[in-house]
Amino acid sequence: MLLSVSDLHKSYAGPDGHLPVLRGIKMLLARGETLALTGESGSGKSTLLHIIGGLDQPDSGIVAVDGVDIGAMDDAGRAGMRRDKVGVVFQQFNLIPSLTVESNIGFQARLSGRLDQNWIKELADRLGLSAQLGKHPEQLSGGQQQRVAIARTLAAKPALILADEPTGNLDEETADKVMELMMTLAIETDSALLLVTHSHRLAGRMGRRLHLRAGQIERAEE
Amino acid sequence: MTNAGLLALLSHWRHNPMQLFTLVVALSLATALWSGVQAVNTEARASYDAAAETLGEGMFAQIIASTGTIPQEDFIALRRAGWLVSPVVEGRLDGIRLIGIDALTSPGGLAPVGLSDGKLTIEMITRGILFATQETLERLGEVDVRKFPSSDVAPAVILTDVGTAQILLGLDGQISRLIVAPQQPIIQPPLEVIAPNFELIPPQSGSDMGRLTDSFHLNLTAFGLLSFIVGIFIVHGAIGLAFEQRRPAIRTLRALGFPLVHLIALIVFELVGISVLAGMIGVGLGYFMAAALLPDVAATISGLYGQSISGTLHFRPEWWVSGLLIAVGGTALAAAASLWRLACMPLLASARPHAWAMQARRSRLIQTVFAMFLLVAASLLGWLGSGLVAGFAMLAALLIGAALALPVILDGLLAAGERHAKSIMEEWFWADTRQQLPGLSLALMALLIAMATNVGVSTMVSSFRLTFTGFLDQRLASEFYVYADDAQQAASLRAYLELRVDKVLPIQSANQDIRGLPSDIYGPVAHATYRDNWLFLDAVPDAWALIEAGQAAAINEQLARRAGIVIGDEITIAGQPFKVVGIYGDYGNPIGQVIITEAKFAALFPDISPLRFGVRIDPSRVTALSLDLGADFGLTEVNMINQAGIKAFSLAVFDRTFTVTGALNILTLAVAGFAILMSLLTLANMRIPQLAPVWAQGITRARLGRLEIVRAVLLALLTTALALPLGLSLAWTLLAVVNVEAFGWRLPMFLFPLDYARLAAFAVAAAAIAALWPATKLARTRPVDLLKVFANER
Repeated sequence: MLLSVSDLHKSYAGPDGHLPVLRGIKMLLARGETLALTGESGSGKSTLLHIIGGLDQPDSGIVAVDGVDIGAMDDAGRAGMRRDKVGVVFQQFNLIPSLTVESNIGFQARLSGRLDQNWIKELADRLGLSAQLGKHPEQLSGGQQQRVAIARTLAAKPALILADEPTGNLDEETADKVMELMMTLAIETDSALLLVTHSHRLAGRMGRRLHLRAGQIERAEE
Repeated sequence: MTNAGLLALLSHWRHNPMQLFTLVVALSLATALWSGVQAVNTEARASYDAAAETLGEGMFAQIIASTGTIPQEDFIALRRAGWLVSPVVEGRLDGIRLIGIDALTSPGGLAPVGLSDGKLTIEMITRGILFATQETLERLGEVDVRKFPSSDVAPAVILTDVGTAQILLGLDGQISRLIVAPQQPIIQPPLEVIAPNFELIPPQSGSDMGRLTDSFHLNLTAFGLLSFIVGIFIVHGAIGLAFEQRRPAIRTLRALGFPLVHLIALIVFELVGISVLAGMIGVGLGYFMAAALLPDVAATISGLYGQSISGTLHFRPEWWVSGLLIAVGGTALAAAASLWRLACMPLLASARPHAWAMQARRSRLIQTVFAMFLLVAASLLGWLGSGLVAGFAMLAALLIGAALALPVILDGLLAAGERHAKSIMEEWFWADTRQQLPGLSLALMALLIAMATNVGVSTMVSSFRLTFTGFLDQRLASEFYVYADDAQQAASLRAYLELRVDKVLPIQSANQDIRGLPSDIYGPVAHATYRDNWLFLDAVPDAWALIEAGQAAAINEQLARRAGIVIGDEITIAGQPFKVVGIYGDYGNPIGQVIITEAKFAALFPDISPLRFGVRIDPSRVTALSLDLGADFGLTEVNMINQAGIKAFSLAVFDRTFTVTGALNILTLAVAGFAILMSLLTLANMRIPQLAPVWAQGITRARLGRLEIVRAVLLALLTTALALPLGLSLAWTLLAVVNVEAFGWRLPMFLFPLDYARLAAFAVAAAAIAALWPATKLARTRPVDLLKVFANER
């Protein structure tokens, strides 16, 4: 199993004491699978995604990626896991402004030592970015920037793709195109895709769906 | 409405206390450096003014005699012929300048101590009283004349009446010079008819001493201004950032109906308040800085120019006012561009703060063009300009031009690094450093100016020192020097030494004016010591042989330059002509010097017998000889100095003279270090969104923190590398342009790679230390704070 989450708890300190965000989450995800995580604001979707991506740490519970418990890793170990196994697509793109589009796309692939220039070229072609490779992110539109962020993740061929509202800033038509492409490419690279979204329409296109409410899985749909 | 607007504006500082701290500290330090230097200058100038009033130098025409002194009967003859002249007798008593004046005939304004102030009356000044500051009187040995302390007299000067001065100086019936009253009778016989040997020197706008000390103070002022500019760079950065961050608040205020003019007035009011507060702190700090530096400035002035100034600081309102004005003015200068942008900002302009670090390409282009213009202007001034003002203008154009060009050059270097990067982290590092450049460029400019000043001044001072050491090696060729207490002891000593050492070289001198310039005449014996060690800058062949033959003389460079004397010219010493056959370097000596042979000296100045002797002896026998002299003549260490001792003393005096410059250098560098720290701290908060994606993709916070330090060190290194040629250009300007104009001689320029390496290490260490805090802060940024960058607003 590529991803295994069991009995995951997380809370944040607030003015009224500790506020539980995740309460006993359990989930599994295999290679080639697609899973949508839905829920209202504050239900804990992003926190779960961040913990799975090694960006945050749980209070208790186990998150194992490729059989390795990331909770037992130190900072450098988690960084290595993010570099080698996980790719995250953020809603706010979070491109590196000082690098060109081409360098942004190849960034994680080069970090993980999996740079494949032909694959990057193909990705750029299929995402309509070939003409933008020499530009800097600030010179691109929002849709273009989002496609660069997706390309960056796919270029590294990570085992697990985590996407946090990747089309939240795009119009419906563009969002559909981008999602279609991302799913196709994820399947082609035999990656697992975990998508956090508000959109039931987008969630409906995933293989499975988990609905979160108040930090717990309310229902699971196939 | 005003209160609401002011509260909205001031709330920015409450949320950004570090920014307010940077602004106030930078402005305070800049003002402190400026006002501290001004305080030192004001104090020193007050001392010169007292000296000028005491001596009447330059204010009135004067009559001097080519023979040295003026017989009293000639003075009487001149008075009888209708010349309104007043006698001055001067010389040195226990090493202190003693001046005798005639209060009854001296022109108004010459009296130093305010004859009408009640404490000091004409009666008192004609009754044999020595007037001087308490400090000067304490230095004076026992004399049988009443002493009267007066703070009105210039430091290191004793004032008395002509008769008392003549007695104390052994100048019975002789007068040093005559002061000519500005109002003279219409009909009076020409001077050459009454006294053909006398020369009338017209009043001068400034004496040589005045010019020299002016140049020193110009140097100090330049340093003060430079330090101030470094501070203003930081202030400009802090104000610019504050304006950018307040754009949303300002737009909202305007959208709510707050008039723009009213808003600008409030901001001006706010800035004036901050600058007055910072100015007061700065002036206070400057006062303490000046109080600490003033004793060394006194040493510098005394060591370089022989002028005495008071070593203590007095409260003077003018520099408090000037300090506050410059703080407000500097703030206005630093804020002008931001205020202008605000005034031109359309109401519907984006409220999102422009990325402070992102400068528009257009402003980069303007900056480049302006930098080129200044650098070309500096080259033209160096090539075509002449005079002290042109020299300093060249320095200013060079420094500011180079500072403006710095970001452009650094950007080019970083782009080259980016092109040659092998790994993605290298590529990101170079690209990210380029992105940080606009935000750091003001601090780096400050570092560049501080480093270049440091390199320039240390090159100048070290070149000066090296030349001076070589000069001492020439001048202090004898291994041992002995001082007799009186003529009788001197004769015995000479006879005693001649039996025991290789050669005894008597040292004797007389004061004479050569072409109207005060000079010392030396009469050394003919010996290889002089022939071998005194190297001429310009001379006829066999110059020493001609001097030893008794018809020729050698003069120092200062006398040659000031009196326009060249090889082959004739000068008159005590009425006898001498042909100038050699000109030698005489660094550090403010007055003229002439060397003639011992026999001629004895004939011209029969009353002077040598009390000092240079002794040529095997250095290993120096200690034994000094013990013998102690036993046989009762001489103490005061009377015996070995060559090494004199050299060490001379170098110690020389080194101390530049303490002030050194202190200002360090302070300026410290301000630049502060600028880097504050810039990095400011950027650190803005860096999170730039660094979070890199962290998210697998780079640890610790590594990012380390890279921040590497970045600061790299930028400091590159800036230092650029500061080196700039500093050397600065040194060349100081040595080849400013020094020639100020001192009258040109010094050779030497390079000191070790000093530069040390400076570079200091700058890099300062940058690394400055980066340490922000880098540690970054390395310890909680993941939750980094995650906020990725948080979706939903």
